[in-house]
Formats: sequence, structure tokens, C-alpha cells
Amino acid sequence: MKYEAVVIGTSAGGLYVLTAILEALPATFPLPIIIVQHRSKDERTLLEEVLSQKCKIHIKQVDEKEIIKGGTVYFAPPDYHLLIEQDRTFSLSCDERVNYSRPSIDVLFETAAYTYKDKLLAIILTGANQDGANGIRTIRKMHGTTIAQDPANALYPAMPKAAIATGCVQNILSLEHIKNFVLGLYTV
Amino acid sequence: MITSAELQELLTSIRNNYGYDFTEYAEASAARRVQHYMRTNRVNSIQELSKSLLTDENAFAQFVLEFTVNVTEMFRDPTFYKSLRENVLKHLATYPVIKIWIAGCSTGEEVYSTAILLKEEGLLDRSVIYATDINQRALQTAKDGIYRMDLMKAYTSNYQKAGGKNSFSDYYTAKYDSAMVDKSLKQNVVFSIHNLAVDSSFNEFQLILCRNVLIYFNQKLQNRVINLFYDSLSPFGFLALGSKESLLFSDKQKEFTDIDKREKIYRKKIKPATKT
Repeated sequence: MKYEAVVIGTSAGGLYVLTAILEALPATFPLPIIIVQHRSKDERTLLEEVLSQKCKIHIKQVDEKEIIKGGTVYFAPPDYHLLIEQDRTFSLSCDERVNYSRPSIDVLFETAAYTYKDKLLAIILTGANQDGANGIRTIRKMHGTTIAQDPANALYPAMPKAAIATGCVQNILSLEHIKNFVLGLYTV
Repeated sequence: MITSAELQELLTSIRNNYGYDFTEYAEASAARRVQHYMRTNRVNSIQELSKSLLTDENAFAQFVLEFTVNVTEMFRDPTFYKSLRENVLKHLATYPVIKIWIAGCSTGEEVYSTAILLKEEGLLDRSVIYATDINQRALQTAKDGIYRMDLMKAYTSNYQKAGGKNSFSDYYTAKYDSAMVDKSLKQNVVFSIHNLAVDSSFNEFQLILCRNVLIYFNQKLQNRVINLFYDSLSPFGFLALGSKESLLFSDKQKEFTDIDKREKIYRKKIKPATKT
């Protein structure tokens, strides 16, 4: 298979687009999908609970040192950075916020880039800040594939716009096309 | 980006030269911190870094300060402190002297949060809090107890959510941009350097707090540290970890019972279930 993992970064407006993409996936989807959604630190596991009710694919919040497996959607816990280790496990950190964010999309994307290299697919969705742009740059440097939601139909276009401005986004797609792209990985 | 091999080579040579052992730290965050140090100190390559750290003790001292600092806040995770107050302090109240170890206390916010709880439950006068960290500068900040005034609003909100009984402003004095914690909170605190990766047990405690420190360690080092805590707890002593940490990677897992699963508060059983 071309890819080993999918990483997604989103902020404001994220729940709607994530629901649209994840709802479409079968429980047997072969890849791990690892997501940073900016979220309130008081919210604990609400996001995972809401999505679990709607989706067939297994959805969970990352546990520390957990082994990354296919067919699972992993969310970064509130108030922790999520990092990918070379041995395909997760680790967490409470280090300083990056782009005012913890979890930060850049932290996930940069560590994922060095682990999965050209076998990584990264997607930037709606959001009102610039987190993820540096991560997109790193992922391209390591020959991963990059997608941004078309700012024209993103609820909050700032985040995909910032990613696109790096010149490192290969595909600018509508939500519908992103969904089909991810779904298409199932049969590859 | 430095590779895993480069990182391990650097950390091994640091261990061999200085005795600071970071080789069992979780790699991804360790690598990010090394890179952060290189950026802020304008070091261009791992070779240059290695040469600088191994030949210049001042540079190394600065590196340790930046590499080991942990970010924290007062009453971080208010629900944890609420649980600590409701489920643990009543048991501690039965001891004539309460000994508490806050391991990896960093800049001290957790120390003073705990002291406030103890004070409000009337236990602070007979408590001794041992607050330790590997980082000399963080420990000095903890000792000084002076924090940024602009953070107090968030801390006040945390304190209230944690079930605070008074006004949070009772516990600090505002001065320009700084907030100084009240002297009464410092009285029974002993600050000292302790390195969880290499140092051993130094007392027996009824409560050990070590929150968001283990996440920086690999499983092997986590196990070592949990064993160290086990050996440092009195029978029925309490252990509190960070909200995403657990005893999962420890061979002492079965020697503890859950007090609060969600808040990661554990209690040591009186006798080991199996001989070790």
C-alpha cells in the first residue's frame, strides 16, 4: 500500500468536516487516522463520544505509549501535544503551546513526517489560525502527500490558506473530494 | 531533524561525560527539545552541538536547564484536585505527620496548589512537602514562588473548579506584574534536587504526586520510577499521576488499587500480591 498513515489537522469548524469524512469510512479501513482537533481542555472525551456514535470505524483518544494500529481513528487528548515515535507508538507532552495551541498540529505533523516519510498522507481542514503550515512543509520535505481543504468552501479558511501559502500543498480539494480521496485508499 | 541514532549517540555521550542519563527519555519529545535548544542557541549541526556540550560545562548546564524544564500551572486539571481533596486528604488526616513527595515539581505551581488544599483542610501545619526536580533553575523559581500576574485569572478559575473554599487572591500578593505566593504556603516545603532516572528513595511518604513527568520517559524508565515510588510509599500510601499516565507499563501494577481511575489516583496495597 502506498500509505502507512493519515494525519489530519483542524480547528474551528472541524467537527462538521471530520464527521463527514469519518462517517464514510468502513470499520475495516486499513490505515490509522491520527487527528489533532483544537479543543477545550475541559472537554475531556466529548469529541470521541460524539463521533463514536456516528461512525463505524473505531474512534478513540490516544493513550500514552499506545501502539498505532490500522482501522482506528486516534484523537490527540486536550491539553497535550501528540507525537509519533519511530517505533510507531504515540507519546504525549505538556511542552509549551505551539501556535498558541496544545495539542498543536505542527507537532503531530512534524513528528509524523520523520516517522512515515513518503508513506504519509496529511490533510489540513477548516480552522481560524495558522497551525499546521510548518508541519505541511516538513511533510513535503520528507516526500509525504499533502491535501488542504479548498478555502473557498471551508467554514474558516485561514488554516488551509496558511498551509497553501507554504507552497507545499499538492492538492486543494473540496470536502466531498477529500472524503472520496480517503475512501479511495480503502481499495488501493 | 536529528535521527534516532544521532539522538542516542548524543545522549549516551552526555551520560558518559556528566552522569546525566537521558537515554531512556521518550525520543520524539527529546528530539524536539534538542532541536529547540539548537535553534535558540544558534547551533547548526548535531556534531557542533555534541562538541559544544562535551567540551563546555557552561553550555552543558544551560542545555540541561532547557532540556528538562516542564510546563505546568496551578490546579492544572481542577477535577484532579477536587478528587484529591475528597478521596485522599481524609485518609492523610489520620497521620500525626503527613509526608508528601512532589516528584518533578518543576516551577512549583503544583506544590502550592497542594499546600492550599492542605491548608483548607487544616492539615498544612502537620505536613511536610518534599518538592524535587532535576532542574536547578525551575527549582529556584519554585522556591521563590513568584509567578506572572496575568496567569492568576486562569489559576483562579482552576482553583474554583477544584472546589476551593476561599478567594484565590488570599494566597498571593500582587506586585506590579508578579504574584508572590503567601509565606504560609512555603513554611513546610523542602525543595531539593532529585533525578528520577538515577537517584534512589530518600524517605517514606503517605502521598506521592508525579504528574506529567512519566510521559517524557520510555516504558523502561517509567517502570523504574514506579518502582522507586512503590519503595518510597508507606503501606496504604497514595500515588497520583497525570491524567494520561498510568501504571500500565509497570511490574508493580498489581500492587496498587484504584482510588480514582479517571484522575489516576492509586493506593499501595499493604502486602505484595506476589513475591518479587
